[in-house]
Amino acid sequence: MSETRTLVVERVMPHPPEKVWRALTQTALLEDWLMKNDFKPTVGARFAFRTQPMPHWNGVVDCEVLAVEPHQRLSYRWNAAGGLQTTVTWTLTPVEGGTRLRMEQSGFGPQDDNNYKGAAYGWQRNIDALEKLLAGLASA
Amino acid sequence: MRSAPDALFRTLADPTRRAIFERLSRAGELTVRALTEPSGVSQPAVSRHLSVLKQAGLVHDRRDGRQTHYSARPQALKPLADWMTLYGAFWRDRFDRLEDLLNRMDQ
Repeated sequence: MSETRTLVVERVMPHPPEKVWRALTQTALLEDWLMKNDFKPTVGARFAFRTQPMPHWNGVVDCEVLAVEPHQRLSYRWNAAGGLQTTVTWTLTPVEGGTRLRMEQSGFGPQDDNNYKGAAYGWQRNIDALEKLLAGLASA
Repeated sequence: MRSAPDALFRTLADPTRRAIFERLSRAGELTVRALTEPSGVSQPAVSRHLSVLKQAGLVHDRRDGRQTHYSARPQALKPLADWMTLYGAFWRDRFDRLEDLLNRMDQ
């Protein structure tokens, strides 16, 4: 059994947990900042995030809700063609002046051929978002 | 560790360069002229893009008399093959979007 790795992104949002929770769980709001989806806040519910299909990738992230603790914690499977099988967990902690929002994506396997193929198409999908990111890096 | 993917992203963030790289990936070897014809970009511009792609290790060139043949080196994408590198950039960008949305939402 090979070991897996976890990615963590954390930021304090100057907004109350209830509001952040809505942005994480209401379909229309989720679509605004993440992707089109048919999310349902029910443990066991299957849903998908969808974006533009690519020649070798259907543009779908298959998900299943694993945990829903309103205003505190939300977790779902995040699987995509090309061999990606991960879990995304959101944790909301009230702090002075807002909410500490933590995203943990766990279950990254070691690099292998499947990952390589999938990622080769994955970067194309994300490149527009990355252009913005890199513009920020360049001016920093 | 971080600089290799950043340089690759910068190189491929340009849509014309990305199109040239994708075309070479599909077609195998091509000359500058063959690359220029359908691109709607001038030959000197294509040559400049090829030089940037070559610096990033994404294309290989082979001289044959007066002709230079270019081919893709898809193995140069290897640093991008790490899902964690990709998703690291992806989530940081999405956090920015989320923060922007929260600023626009009512209480």
